[in-house]
Amino acid sequence: MSNQMKKTVGVNRENFADKVKSYLRHPGSMILMLLVMLAAFITFALLLFLIFYILVNGIPYIKPSLFSLHYTSENASVIPALINTVVMTLLSLLIAVPFGIFSAIFLVEYAGKGNKFIEVIRLTTETLSGIPSIVYGLFGMLFFVNTLKWGFSILAGAFTLSIMILPLIMRQTEEALKAVPDSYREGSFGLGAGKLRTVFRIVLPSAVPGILAGVILAIGRIVGETAALIYTAGTVAQVPKNVLGSGRTLAIHMYMLSSEGLYMDQAYATAVILLVLVVTINTLSGVVAKKLTKA
Amino acid sequence: MKSKAWTEKVMQGVFFIAACASVLAVALICIFLFANGIPAIRQIGFVKFITGDIWRPGNELFGIFPMIIGSIYVTAGAIIFGVPIGILTSVFMAMYCPKKIYKPLKAATELLAGIPSVVYGFFGMVIVVPIIRDFGRTLKMMGLVEESGDGKGILTTSIVLGMMILPTIIGTTESAMRAVPPQYYEGSLALGATQERSIFKVVIPAAKSGVITGVVLGIGRAIGETMAVIMIAGNQPRLVNNILLGVRTLTGNIVIEMGYATGLHREALIATGVVLFVFILIINFSVALLKRRGEHE
Repeated sequence: MSNQMKKTVGVNRENFADKVKSYLRHPGSMILMLLVMLAAFITFALLLFLIFYILVNGIPYIKPSLFSLHYTSENASVIPALINTVVMTLLSLLIAVPFGIFSAIFLVEYAGKGNKFIEVIRLTTETLSGIPSIVYGLFGMLFFVNTLKWGFSILAGAFTLSIMILPLIMRQTEEALKAVPDSYREGSFGLGAGKLRTVFRIVLPSAVPGILAGVILAIGRIVGETAALIYTAGTVAQVPKNVLGSGRTLAIHMYMLSSEGLYMDQAYATAVILLVLVVTINTLSGVVAKKLTKA
Repeated sequence: MKSKAWTEKVMQGVFFIAACASVLAVALICIFLFANGIPAIRQIGFVKFITGDIWRPGNELFGIFPMIIGSIYVTAGAIIFGVPIGILTSVFMAMYCPKKIYKPLKAATELLAGIPSVVYGFFGMVIVVPIIRDFGRTLKMMGLVEESGDGKGILTTSIVLGMMILPTIIGTTESAMRAVPPQYYEGSLALGATQERSIFKVVIPAAKSGVITGVVLGIGRAIGETMAVIMIAGNQPRLVNNILLGVRTLTGNIVIEMGYATGLHREALIATGVVLFVFILIINFSVALLKRRGEHE
């Protein structure tokens, strides 16, 4: 569409002086244009300010002691929290990715169009993606921590998060599967492959970049999550012996540091680490998604 | 050949079961929340629980009206700050943005969505809170307000939440505006309307349902936001008539007290979650309705 628009403008191209003249004749339009520019400026300036403010204030506090193997009240080390975050991410993905991909396969490849069941699933995934993380946290506490008696644990946190990221992975996989041209499937069927073989050998491999972009976005959500984890994974500042132990992730670590008020320097430094992680993850997802559009 | 058909059947079953997982998850969430929350609401009394304006768990007084109002205040504030800026920014992204800088700016809006809420809360705590505190003191010195507050309150929370809902609004509104057939815009230009007039009188009205969906999604995000709000809202469970003063939201109530609550107090907190959940379900439902209407148009 933007191409088309460019052409339209090209037909009777205005130069800068014409534009100024036109704006002077229509002050209302000029005000609106200025407001639009101002709003865009505010949005991007706020983002830049947030990032630079945290970087400038946090980088000086990134010291070797911040990366000690064990957390003590003196060093407020981020290493245990980092390890917990990695374990939490891997576990949640391990649970959510198969479910997400398989259900997307069912929706796109198996369920016929106009199937009532698809409507139900679509409604539930939309509901899931709208539920705030604190409600997930409450549910995780009631179900995994209390009813299943796992206690505050990495496992309970991972299961809670996996429900949270399920709609994201499902959605992205669905889009990726839909983007695979039908001719691929027809070609595969034509060569005598069965449905299952077609799905796993032809459709899924071509959809990998899209699925990966979804998974990376999900990692971003897991890394930044706090409210769903406080009452499921708990806030212990050490690496637990196994997944049934409690441990805080990086985001919770940062919340604890800043709410205690004693570790503002370390909170700044932890914010830097979190921001760098999130920016990296976002860029990665963008790069992978770009591959998808090229393929 | 036989065994192959068998695997096909089994795997189809596996896919189907996986697809049921999300339905099961929603069902479990509903069952567990309602089963644990409703008995407390019944014990306290529905009307007393919803409209009671004193929350004093030590005295068995459980009224969440201040928290409901608190959530509504900060959400409304977020809308006031976030919606105009969000919609105007998406106008910029869809209609003005030079092609060369479009990609980095688009990535920036996505990054805005990816920043964790603790980081927003921290940013609010170290930047917005001191500014609002000074602002409040100045107002008090000028005799415009009775209490200046300590910087944590409705205004601070509204500003930060407004920032947090920007990506939601920008994303939805921009794609809605791009979905408007270009002929509308071109036709308006051809009739002699200025670019701005065409955008605001033709394109935006045509993209209306998408814009509204974005705003409603933003409301959902603001009302459900927890960690950032706790860090900057002040969290006093009271009714206030001054936007400089602190309030507690439904989400804040749950996180702040769940750590040490027992018995009826704990159940009352879960019931707070139920009330929040019902709010969210209503919002989700209206989004679904809006989307369906948008598709029919």
